[in-house]
Amino acid sequence: MTTELPVLATADVEVLELPARKAPARRGFIRAALALWRTRIGLVIVAVVVGIAVIGPWVAPNGPTDFVGTPNTRVVDGVWFGTDALGQDVWSRFLHGGRTILVLAVVATLIGLVTGVVIGLVAGYNRGRLDNVLMRAIDIILAFPGLLLLLVAITTLGRNSWVIVLLVALTVIPRVARVTRGAALGVVERDFIGAAEALGESRTRILGSEVLPNVAGPLLVEANLRLTYSIFLIGALGFLGLGLGLNKADWAQMVNENRLALSQQPWGTLLPIFAIGLLTVGVGLIADGLGRAVAGIDRGRAD
Amino acid sequence: MGIVKFVVRRLLFGVLTLFVVSVAVFVLTQALSDPAQAILGREAQPASILAKQQELGLDRPLLTQYWEWISGLLTGDPGVSFTNGVPVMDVLGDRLWNSLFLMTVSAAISIPLSIAVGTYAAARRDHTFDSTTSGTSLVLASMPDFVLGLLLVVLLATNVWRVLPAVTRIRPGEPPWSDLDGLVLPVLTLTLVVVPYVSRVMRASMIEVLESDYVEMARLKGLPERAVLWRHALPNAIGPTLQVIAFNIAYLAGGVILIEYLFNYPGIGGALRDAVTDRNVPVVQFVAMFISGIWVVVNLLADVGTVLVTPRLRTQLT
Repeated sequence: MTTELPVLATADVEVLELPARKAPARRGFIRAALALWRTRIGLVIVAVVVGIAVIGPWVAPNGPTDFVGTPNTRVVDGVWFGTDALGQDVWSRFLHGGRTILVLAVVATLIGLVTGVVIGLVAGYNRGRLDNVLMRAIDIILAFPGLLLLLVAITTLGRNSWVIVLLVALTVIPRVARVTRGAALGVVERDFIGAAEALGESRTRILGSEVLPNVAGPLLVEANLRLTYSIFLIGALGFLGLGLGLNKADWAQMVNENRLALSQQPWGTLLPIFAIGLLTVGVGLIADGLGRAVAGIDRGRAD
Repeated sequence: MGIVKFVVRRLLFGVLTLFVVSVAVFVLTQALSDPAQAILGREAQPASILAKQQELGLDRPLLTQYWEWISGLLTGDPGVSFTNGVPVMDVLGDRLWNSLFLMTVSAAISIPLSIAVGTYAAARRDHTFDSTTSGTSLVLASMPDFVLGLLLVVLLATNVWRVLPAVTRIRPGEPPWSDLDGLVLPVLTLTLVVVPYVSRVMRASMIEVLESDYVEMARLKGLPERAVLWRHALPNAIGPTLQVIAFNIAYLAGGVILIEYLFNYPGIGGALRDAVTDRNVPVVQFVAMFISGIWVVVNLLADVGTVLVTPRLRTQLT
């Protein structure tokens, strides 16, 4: 299926009449995606959750580890959502707790994305033996569930943030590489690549400025899906009580700390799972909107 | 190339995959860092680390250690637990069956359900059922398993309605079906994780089949729509979906880790989580190989199955 993913140069056809068009093809599907409600809702949700994570620590009424009252109490004077199992302010911990998961997930996804794109482009452009070897290697990595990889690795390597980021990045690489390669295969056959080769452009230049822009659509969809998965993985570690274990607030870790008191004091669990759930759903909606826009452009060509 | 040759090649690739996975698991747990150091902590004296290494057999060359581990694994003896010296098989014992039971029940419910939902949504394309399920599954599919499971706990077990137990209670030695009430939420969570994915692919595949010439032919010769859908279209639409079904069954093998921990279900997932905290390397290694084993076998079956149900692929095998 991946090989049939759309080739975005066709977006030119739609946008061509616009005067003073600076950026090439890419504009087309982003505009189409923004016209869809699901993309807009996704963007708003993501903006709200990211906003909470970024601004939260500055507006939190208390510090993340301040004790404000009796443990596990739902109603405490002057505290919005009560206290957690240690008597800390749930609302303040929630406001402080978004950064870790967000930063780790975004950094891991970016590292995986860049590496995956390079591997995919090289495989798709060169084909032949190298391509075969790379794709087989990817099949093998995919045979190992991401969460399992993380758990196996932190057993003796320890829960260091770099270990976690690099391993999550490793789970991002195979799918990104596959999607990039699939989309690139359709592009490298086209005349403008042949023209660039004939002009004697370097391979890096051809891959970077001729092939890459034309696989941007499927890639952007995949990047969003991978981000959802990275958030899931890092959240899952915290949920299992195997996160970084830093002495500070963290959404996923909050779930682990508070879920046993769910019936007495649900907020300590509910606030972070709402945030994590909304974040992944928001990113998922954006991915779906982009995916539809990219596929729509492709369909337009077939007609 | 015949089907036999294809199966043999696919089998060899499965073996190669498991070999590479075993090397990766070994390197990550025993070669990149020292388990003895990890168990004793950073402040441990060199002498006690050395003693621990000798006790656990970690002072021998890495190749010897790998060989001992892998040959033990293949002969059904995956070593002894680091924490209490009990054989790994005894530590896990019933947990293996409990987990397999949870996976099987979830798959047995979610796979037929996804096929039915996908088929029905495709048949009523763009009508209420289709748009409702596609919206719901988009949201469900993007939500992490543990978030979904916790929301179900809040909804059905603790805060809103208290109709189901929030934990599974299976006593040691009892079969996994001894607590059916406690099984509902874990199975429901895993079902809600799997159905959105599989039904979406099923729907897409079905829509394509419904637009084909032979379906139109079946309709034109006057067959009732039900027969067209279930007898003529469905078998052809399942082929492309098999891979995704396999992927999701394999996903269940990994997904049980979180769900078992969440519902306190006595399976390998819970054991794995505890073994990671205790740095109990032999248990971690065994569970990892067990889960990837399931993963490889299920994918192999799906690849062969896809070829078997798609006649035109049989002639194209390369």
